[in-house]
Amino acid sequence: MIKIRIAGAATALLLTFLCGPAWAAPAAEFKLKNGMKLIVREDHRAPTAVHMVWYKLGSMDEMNGTTGVAHALEHMMFKGTRKLKSGDFSQRVAAMGGQDNAFTSKDYTAYFEQIEKSHLEAVMALEADRMTNLTFDKKEFDNEIRVVMEERRWRTDDQPLSLLNEALMATAYMAHPYHHPIVGWMDDLQNMRMEDAKAWYRRWYAPNNATLIVSGDVDAQKVRALAEKYFGRIPLRPHTPGKPQHEPIQRGERRVVVKAPAENPYVALAFKTPSLRNVEKDSDPYALEVLAAVLDGYDNARLNARLVRSAKVANSAGASYSALARAPIVLFTLEGMPAEGTSTEQLEKLLRAEVTRVAKEGVSPQELSRVKAQLVAQQVYKRDSIFEQAMEIGSFEMSGLSHRNIDRYIDKLKAVTPAQVQAVAVKYFGDDGLTVATLAPLPLVENKTPPPQFRH
Amino acid sequence: MRQKIFLVVILLLALPAHAALQIQSWTLANGARVLFVETRAVPIIDINVEFDAGARRDPAGKSGLASLTNALLSSGVRAGAEPAISEAQISDIIADTGAQRGEEASSDTAGMNLRTLSAPAERAPAIALLGRLIAEPAFPEEFFRRDQARSIAALKEALTKPEVLADRALRRMMYGAHPYALEASPESLAALSRDDLQRFHAAHYVANRAIVSMIGDMTRAEADAIAQEVTRRLQPGAPLPPLPPVVPLKAREETIAHPASQSHILLGAPGVARGDADYFPLMVGNYVLGGGGFASRLMREVRERRGLAYSVDSHFVPLAQPGPFEISLQTSREQTTPALTLVRATLASFLRDGPTPQELTGAKKHLIGGFSLRIDNNRKILANIAAIGFYNLPLDYLDIWTAKVSAVTLADIRAAFGRKVALDRLATVVVGGAPASP
Repeated sequence: MIKIRIAGAATALLLTFLCGPAWAAPAAEFKLKNGMKLIVREDHRAPTAVHMVWYKLGSMDEMNGTTGVAHALEHMMFKGTRKLKSGDFSQRVAAMGGQDNAFTSKDYTAYFEQIEKSHLEAVMALEADRMTNLTFDKKEFDNEIRVVMEERRWRTDDQPLSLLNEALMATAYMAHPYHHPIVGWMDDLQNMRMEDAKAWYRRWYAPNNATLIVSGDVDAQKVRALAEKYFGRIPLRPHTPGKPQHEPIQRGERRVVVKAPAENPYVALAFKTPSLRNVEKDSDPYALEVLAAVLDGYDNARLNARLVRSAKVANSAGASYSALARAPIVLFTLEGMPAEGTSTEQLEKLLRAEVTRVAKEGVSPQELSRVKAQLVAQQVYKRDSIFEQAMEIGSFEMSGLSHRNIDRYIDKLKAVTPAQVQAVAVKYFGDDGLTVATLAPLPLVENKTPPPQFRH
Repeated sequence: MRQKIFLVVILLLALPAHAALQIQSWTLANGARVLFVETRAVPIIDINVEFDAGARRDPAGKSGLASLTNALLSSGVRAGAEPAISEAQISDIIADTGAQRGEEASSDTAGMNLRTLSAPAERAPAIALLGRLIAEPAFPEEFFRRDQARSIAALKEALTKPEVLADRALRRMMYGAHPYALEASPESLAALSRDDLQRFHAAHYVANRAIVSMIGDMTRAEADAIAQEVTRRLQPGAPLPPLPPVVPLKAREETIAHPASQSHILLGAPGVARGDADYFPLMVGNYVLGGGGFASRLMREVRERRGLAYSVDSHFVPLAQPGPFEISLQTSREQTTPALTLVRATLASFLRDGPTPQELTGAKKHLIGGFSLRIDNNRKILANIAAIGFYNLPLDYLDIWTAKVSAVTLADIRAAFGRKVALDRLATVVVGGAPASP
């Protein structure tokens, strides 16, 4: 039972109400002989299912010179296999009435289908097929890498805040491969060869690097039988892990400016903080999550309440932190768009002052119980989405924590004390672990000389 | 034999509760319309209250009023029969019960939504607050000025983005003087006063035009009580002026300079209104043309075959009056001309010949086979019933949807597109354009 000072009657009712047994059945977990993990979350409210294959490899596993290959290969996975013509994967899922897509992050690459439940076996067969039978065609690759370059232009090159974030990551991380952008540097895309994607696929795409997550109107034992049938026969492929590339301790403030066509300036501050390594033994990551919620967990949290609503020094202000990551060091960010009459230097100071205020004065029990009330409710709301549940399981698994820890993780967050929040506000927000990225807006003037275009 | 029948009976009784959605609908004494789906799947309630208070109701010279009024509902509740509530208190009340509140304004509608745990003690504070927010906004002068300035800053930022410039230019070309063309400008926002918001609210957030959509863990009687509570403070409203008709346009093309590395290309024309008899043939046909992702002609030709774009699609936006039909893509500047030529050729070929029988079969298979994905959680169902409510679609809309798709023929699609889309009645915008020769 959680012991906190109850601020409002509503909150008290909430916490007592939900301290009973767990609502949803826990997810079932199995391991195939080839090392592939299968996790099934049954939810029978509607006749649909989500099928996801998560590969524990992302842009952080790339090397300079071939950044973007994880994402490029994600694109190639929709091309031909020994059994399918290029494009047939999506055509077949579409013919089943399904949706399919994929995403690459720094930590992982995931592929998913959402289907009416009777098509589960068919999509599983398709995923198992492309895990081992992908074929590589030079024309297809040459075409698709151009698509990837258009994607980079659309998401990053023509978006000032994306350019800012890219510069922030690359400055905060000197050695660790969180340094490079997921889509890859444009020059690396222009120089990527089909053989790079092929080598990536051969090295990483194996059942021992994959986790299959199925949620929805399914039967765990039946899913297991299907997984054995389609994935069980795929041999594991031992691989040599990459070099650790630990980020050296940051020994002082770093600053980077990005000039890009925009109207308003913007500033982002990133502090080095630990991610969650051990659910039971760690405590700072939980306190950091709660600190982020105190600062920016809802529209009257500290940053919005003070900087945007009352002082009016910012048009927007926010904080973010995620404890779940494969890397041991992650970034706690504070950011915002200054209002007219405020400079980015001033906003930078004001954002830091909010954290200093927590460090000096602490947080109120009322603020914490508010954070907790939302946490508790969100755990109920997530049950309205089988997709969200599958995503949550995947995120935990990919950061090296078992999905079985999800409820424990929530309990740990709920148990964070005001003293712990104050302690992390003191510990992690000095100058030495700080990287500041500032957007300096340029007027929207047509470039006289178009940038050089290298034809691939 | 007896045993078999017994088994059949048992199977029927054991059917899970995801048979056809039961949408209940009734009208309150104050004129508010209620739509409700009861489901015990999860202990939550979702409520959406919507009004005819969207951008199409912006007065001339005051574009952005509908949107700003909607955004500022949560900046304070005025005292009346009950005490005033401040902006901060509003946020705290919602957060303290773990509820989630949002507001939204679009072309036709504006409103507020709420998600809350279903237990009566949990939900009561947020529901009472929702009722006050939509009926008794205070629009404090200080917060109005603050958010007016923020909106202007955000709009100026948006006006640096190629996709925004393209969308605005296309709207202007498609709709001319019709309210669907109106977009806020820094000047129109700066011209607004707090009184404008008060007047707009009073005229549009009214009981007799409220559509209350709800789904969740409660009985119909409880839903009725909640709908009454949420709407009881709303005033009745006078009828709104009729909107002008949407007139067909002549083909026009506009190029807007921009330093981005990609051109943003839009083609469009007024398309279809909700409830139009052509809706289903257009939806099925559009899946083949550009709505079906990798199954579509546009994706196949522009992305898969030639790598010209990451994203290319076509879509209809059915509104109260004919909403846009649009084709959209982005491509490197020097590829602008071949991309645009290809898109036009793909469209022309589709308009001339329609889909092939195989394409039609594929479209139906996808749309019908995927229908269950459109209604497999509360959020999706709520969006559907809110549309049924506002656009006066039949209550069995979702029940007959797959049959309507199934009945569409090749001739239906050719005829519907022939009526609604023509190359000589398309507006084209290119933001960026082929780079000037160095």
